[in-house]
Amino acid sequence: MGVIKISNLHKIYDESKIPVKAVNGIDLTIKQGEFTAIVGPSGSGKTTFLNMVGGLDVPSKGKIEIDGINIGNLPPRQLIDYRLNNIGFVFQAYNLIPVLTAQENVAFIMQLQGKGKNERNKIARELLETVGIGDKIDRRPGDLSGGQQQRVSVARALASKPKFILADEPTANLDSKSTNELLDLMLKMNKELDTTFIFSTHDQRVMDKARRIITIDDGIITSDVQKN
Amino acid sequence: MIWSIAWRNVWRNKLRSLVIMIAVTIGLSGGIIYYAFAKGLMEQRIEAAISNEISNIQIHNPDYLLNEELKFIIKDPENIIHKINKVEGVKAVSSRIKAMGMASTAETGTGVMLNGIDAANEKQVTKISEQLTDGKYLEEKGRIPIVIGQKLAKKLNTKLRSKIVITAANTEGVITYGAFKVVGIYDTENDMFDELNVFVRKNDLARMLGANTSDVNEIAVTLDTHEQTNHVLTILNDEFSKNISQKEILIRPWNKIVPSLNAMIEMMDFLSYIFMVIILIALAFGIVNTMLMVVMERIKELGMLKAVGMNNKRLFRMIMLETIFLSIIGGLFGLFISYVTIQYYGHYGMSLAAFQEGYNALGFSSIVYLEAETSFYIFTTVLVIITAILASIYPAQKALKLNPATAIRENN
Repeated sequence: MGVIKISNLHKIYDESKIPVKAVNGIDLTIKQGEFTAIVGPSGSGKTTFLNMVGGLDVPSKGKIEIDGINIGNLPPRQLIDYRLNNIGFVFQAYNLIPVLTAQENVAFIMQLQGKGKNERNKIARELLETVGIGDKIDRRPGDLSGGQQQRVSVARALASKPKFILADEPTANLDSKSTNELLDLMLKMNKELDTTFIFSTHDQRVMDKARRIITIDDGIITSDVQKN
Repeated sequence: MIWSIAWRNVWRNKLRSLVIMIAVTIGLSGGIIYYAFAKGLMEQRIEAAISNEISNIQIHNPDYLLNEELKFIIKDPENIIHKINKVEGVKAVSSRIKAMGMASTAETGTGVMLNGIDAANEKQVTKISEQLTDGKYLEEKGRIPIVIGQKLAKKLNTKLRSKIVITAANTEGVITYGAFKVVGIYDTENDMFDELNVFVRKNDLARMLGANTSDVNEIAVTLDTHEQTNHVLTILNDEFSKNISQKEILIRPWNKIVPSLNAMIEMMDFLSYIFMVIILIALAFGIVNTMLMVVMERIKELGMLKAVGMNNKRLFRMIMLETIFLSIIGGLFGLFISYVTIQYYGHYGMSLAAFQEGYNALGFSSIVYLEAETSFYIFTTVLVIITAILASIYPAQKALKLNPATAIRENN
């Protein structure tokens, strides 16, 4: 499955006793296999929204249900396990572990899940081949280009076999060529593995590829467009 | 893989890691070498005290210990010595007659302890005969000989073959005189002992003081090893308690004879441990500082790890392992350097010739043979690991408190 149902979601930051409403009442349903872009200007609440969906931040009000489980009700330890086994993350700055090779970076997530060494190495190699850098599995992030690092990051996000992948401005640090290659790769993964992808982005190229574009402004959804 | 990440993280900033490792190495080797120095110094002092001055066990008439007068003799010393010699572990026994007196030359005089000994037996019990810097030890024949310490010789401005007049109270309390010829000068490196103690033949001293030649004030017992002291002491106490009243003889081991020496050893040991703990506490602050820098530098990475599902237990373990690696590498080098240094100076001795006068004045040798037990190395290693674990707690807590959502957006 992998249905995300968000109801009446609010996030209010109490900054210096002047409340800031970052997310101000969002209702949304994202179905399994969607390829969705969350767009909006800086400060619109995209990242806060994504953080709450990813269980990294706690809503002030409202609930996020994933396959019927309200992740806001999960105790911290269970929430960590939930993230590990159900959500893949792709970050703007790749955020790979610099002392590990590409293969180790991907395998690491599976180790956290308790998979055996041979199994995780095999899956890591396969994933890196799928994302097109099978010949660079022994390189460390510092020896890879930005585009290649982000591919490793996508492979890492897929490694845990998540219900959905959250990508926060994944193309912001990439050139056009790398961006297009990465988007094609994610679309391929989306189609082949039926993995749900949710992006936050400003990037028109991402919006062009997305099949659903949700615009957020001042913490509320101002448009929700489904492409054919 | 957490072990592997922790190990590789240690080498991410080589310079910083090396600085803290060198600090641990220097601190630890300094502490261990200091301990070995203090231990060697004290062990040598004990060895010297037992070998030259007091031997392992001494027997006295209890009254003699209250008032060191010639008249407080041990009854039936021959029988006692005979029984002691039968005990396993006893190497040699010597009987002494002792009295306080005054040694004088034409120029000056000073108070001395007159040790009337049987030279043949005394050679087996104490090592004074091996520490002659001039002349020879007491012999059976020859004119009233005396062996004096180098320090006393200097003080009296006398030399070999010169005469010394000894003045002491006889058994009736009357002052008597005797002229002795200096036949030997010894140097035990303990100035206090050398300045005070003179050795003469037991018969000569007894005659001079009007005592019986069979009278004995002190019986000294030397054992095959110092470790046997308590065991032999128990046997002797059991043996003599059957026949001899405790009012007649008192048997004491070396550490009861010179309790100050024992207290000094215990204090030195205690201080060494305290010194070690202080060094490690100081190092712990350095380690905490380094690990805090590590955590601050890697906020984004740690945030990512938390975000993708690394739980607090694993995160804590990763930071703790990194701290332990950092400390253990420095610790192992410290142990290695101190081991090599201790082995070298344990064999060849560390010369403190520049401070010889001061050391000898306090009764210590100026050549110190370093020594440290295996248990101290183990104790130190365990302390380093404990220090590392404790030092990792605060930085690890910082990491655990990170909010992954904000940490991954940090600009570092």
